[in-house]
Amino acid sequence: SSREHKLNFKKSKEVCLSYIQDAMLQKQWKRAAEFLTFYVESLEKDYSTQYMGPSEMIWRIGTEILCHHSHSSMKEFNSFIEQMKTLGVKRYLKVCLEHTFHLLCNGLIDEAYQNLSLAESWRFGEQTVIQDKEMKLIQAYKGLLDYYSWSKQKNILLEHDQDGFEDLSVEQEMHSCFRKAAVNLKEIIKIPGVWDLFVKCYVDLLEFYGDHDEARQVLNEYAYNSKFPANPNAHVYLYHFLKRHGESKKSLISALKILHDIVPSHELMIDFNTMLQKSRKRKKRRLGLEVIFAGLDYAGWKENVKAWSCLARQVKQIVISEKHLDWIKQEWSSRKDWWPAFHFSRYLAKRNWQENESLSHEKALVAGILLGKDCKYFKYVSHQGCKAQVKRFRILKKFVNKHNPVYLRICG
Amino acid sequence: DFNERCAQCSEVNWGLTDGGRFYCRSCHNVTERTREVVNTDFISNARIQTISKGLRKQEKTDGECEWYVCEGFQVVLKKQAEALEALGVCPQMKDEILCNFWRRYLQKSKQAYCNRPAGETVKALSVCESSTDVDSEPERPSLLHLLSVSESEGDLQTDCSLASSTSKVSESISVCSGSVDGSSYFMKNQKEKLRMTMPMTLSFCYMALLWLREPMTLSDLLRFVVEGHIPYLNIFQHFPEKMKLCGLDLKIFCVESWPVYEEVYNKMLELAAFLDLPRFPDITDSSFLHPDILCMKYLMEANLPDELHNWTCRVVKKIGIGEVDFLTLVPGKKPTGNVKYDVLAAAVIVVVLKLLFLLDDHYEWLLSDFAEERSKNNKEGVPYFEFKKWYKVIKCSLDVEQKKLDEERAKYLWRCEKPLFYSAKKKSKVLKRRQMVVNLQNQFGKLSGSVRPAEKPNPSSFQLSWSEENTDGSCFHGHSLKGILQEKCGLLTAMNPDYWLCTIKLCTEKLCGHLAHYREVDFPQSYHFVLRLFSFLLRIQPSCIHDEVCVIELKLFNKKLCKKPKYNTCLRK
Repeated sequence: SSREHKLNFKKSKEVCLSYIQDAMLQKQWKRAAEFLTFYVESLEKDYSTQYMGPSEMIWRIGTEILCHHSHSSMKEFNSFIEQMKTLGVKRYLKVCLEHTFHLLCNGLIDEAYQNLSLAESWRFGEQTVIQDKEMKLIQAYKGLLDYYSWSKQKNILLEHDQDGFEDLSVEQEMHSCFRKAAVNLKEIIKIPGVWDLFVKCYVDLLEFYGDHDEARQVLNEYAYNSKFPANPNAHVYLYHFLKRHGESKKSLISALKILHDIVPSHELMIDFNTMLQKSRKRKKRRLGLEVIFAGLDYAGWKENVKAWSCLARQVKQIVISEKHLDWIKQEWSSRKDWWPAFHFSRYLAKRNWQENESLSHEKALVAGILLGKDCKYFKYVSHQGCKAQVKRFRILKKFVNKHNPVYLRICG
Repeated sequence: DFNERCAQCSEVNWGLTDGGRFYCRSCHNVTERTREVVNTDFISNARIQTISKGLRKQEKTDGECEWYVCEGFQVVLKKQAEALEALGVCPQMKDEILCNFWRRYLQKSKQAYCNRPAGETVKALSVCESSTDVDSEPERPSLLHLLSVSESEGDLQTDCSLASSTSKVSESISVCSGSVDGSSYFMKNQKEKLRMTMPMTLSFCYMALLWLREPMTLSDLLRFVVEGHIPYLNIFQHFPEKMKLCGLDLKIFCVESWPVYEEVYNKMLELAAFLDLPRFPDITDSSFLHPDILCMKYLMEANLPDELHNWTCRVVKKIGIGEVDFLTLVPGKKPTGNVKYDVLAAAVIVVVLKLLFLLDDHYEWLLSDFAEERSKNNKEGVPYFEFKKWYKVIKCSLDVEQKKLDEERAKYLWRCEKPLFYSAKKKSKVLKRRQMVVNLQNQFGKLSGSVRPAEKPNPSSFQLSWSEENTDGSCFHGHSLKGILQEKCGLLTAMNPDYWLCTIKLCTEKLCGHLAHYREVDFPQSYHFVLRLFSFLLRIQPSCIHDEVCVIELKLFNKKLCKKPKYNTCLRK
């Protein structure tokens, strides 16, 4: 009916919006700006009942345009954002936060800090309560910037220390930054979420001031509290912390357990295996083997010499002791169909030999044990190695030849 | 005359600028004082009455005055009439026709007022009750403020009888609207009278144009409105300072959509009936609105050969749509002569194109190749018309123009400098918003790159023009149809022997408001293209033209249809 085609305010603004979107997708910022000028009068008819009303549209679109347009400046951007802040009280803190991010991205740290301080002091009846989450974020980022100041002060202090100066004012400044930062950082990491950067900074502060217990508790909470989402970094931080403080192997190992579950290909798995291999407990050694095999399942580890050397070492040790060959058998059973092509092809033998002798050495040992002395990889590498008269290859050849029956037991 | 001393040089030596302002001849200081123009034309015209002072003259504080909704519409109509006059419409329209139509409307509609008991503030005029014939009362004082009074005279004041509203009632409702009766405007019973609306002002205008048989179709009128040559959007800017709009007035006077052809047209019919108008002046074959003449115009605009005009005239004659009685409006409950002249003419051209080219996405191209072949033997110097060439040229232009139009539509600005407030409470918020909008427009305007002046296109009757002086062969007016015609018994007839009907049977308007249901996918693309062309020129939906095409076809093939009732059979002509 003709009514559908009736061109009214609402429809013409929708059409205008689609032109803006097209221009933006094609990165035609001038054109987008042009159509935006015709769109802005929707503000005069903003009933704020829609999911995303004109004021939010204009904020987002305007930000994009000002970010990308060649003629726009930081000053213009700031003035635009200030207007946006007055547009929708329900969005006030969000706009402040995004403004802050933008300032930070442009290296305007002081301005960002001022912005955050202003936002922090904002009060607006029940809106303050409703926008509680944003407020917490604002405080958290403020804490982060306080940490950053603290860090700067600390470095100045250390420099002066070296030079033999004493600087009381810097020290006081530093402590005050610490206090401000600590309060806010502590608050935010209480809320279940991913707060990697905040946690790191907070722990750094705590360690500096010697509050190791608090630091440990924070890291434990972050890693083990089930309310928090699974986060490999949490475990990594905890591990490094424990290591720094000379904790026992036992606690180090337990710190890495969950990491192995979540991210079997994590680089720390090498450390993990190294510790486990050396353990006196059988279960731990078994786990070690599992860990290293699992890591090498990933393409990213294919050329990791350290990883291969760990595996080689452990395999060698098992073979020599002739105990627990079934471990190797178990690990190999699910891999024997695809590891040969994945790791031990003739092509890889050639390449590894050419590019990385050590790598080929370690891999050759593993191949020799798992696939026998007649396997492509071992044959090629050992032959090349012996031809080049590299001693360790001769030793390798002897070793594998000697223990060939083991291979037969593994595959059989 | 002006005798004050100049502020700059203290001389008394005044001259008048072109704009009617006083300037000092000694130091060239221009003042803001303008000379009041006394137009003697008014006085000589017997119909124009003097202003009479009414009882209801209370000027509120802030220089506001009480005003009624109908007075507001009066201002609107006056402005529109002035604009039309500026476009070349004869002054009679403004001074006589529209004026009288309006007066008649007020009489007719106010009749409803006088029967109202309590709550109604306005009492009817004894004058209007007794008058039966508008035309026979030249000496009576006018019921209403005159259309021709210039604004510099200030207040709108109406006759005392009209305005016997008690002040206490007006106070209570002034909260909800700036006008006296705005808030109750929508509460009145609809059936007894035709409530005035903004789109209806255009119906008034069109009705007056039709009465005078001015060379402006309804689609032209509406296009001029959208292009800004005739005030419609934000018309309240033209209201005198003292007429304050707020509250429900906004709902009455502020439009947020462009008028739709059908609505304006149908309202016009309703209005004509309501006003008990007699038969309109005859539309004859020398009137602009006659299909023969309009077809000529549209053929030119569509860049089609002039020779096609013979064909359109033949079709017009054959189905009798060129008859005076068919074309002349006789208002009433079931009006006759209710013809959409522009749509009709366009539809006739479409039918002629179908007759000659079939437009089934096949034949027209074959025929075009055939004409191309034939043109190789053409020694006459006048090129043969080839559909293919025409299509290419038109498609190109149409796409460009349509794209421009679409972009313009996306760029409409609905608000203006003068802000509107629903109520005094919202005033500051509205002003703040307005300020922000202006700031943002400036900020992003600078980033737009090109400076875009807000230019209105010059008003012109023709949107597309083609010049025969173009050497690139893009003008087809002078082309000959010989390439697609054949001689039979000494007459030139179309080579195309077939025709397909758009529909076998018309729908009834009662069911769905349409005579046919047009869907682009159901019809050949060439047909759609042709509809699209005229849809663009007339600024209406293709389906409107399609409806009219259906009607014409059924008239044209009436006899054949009675013989062969097969669905959508191709007809042999």
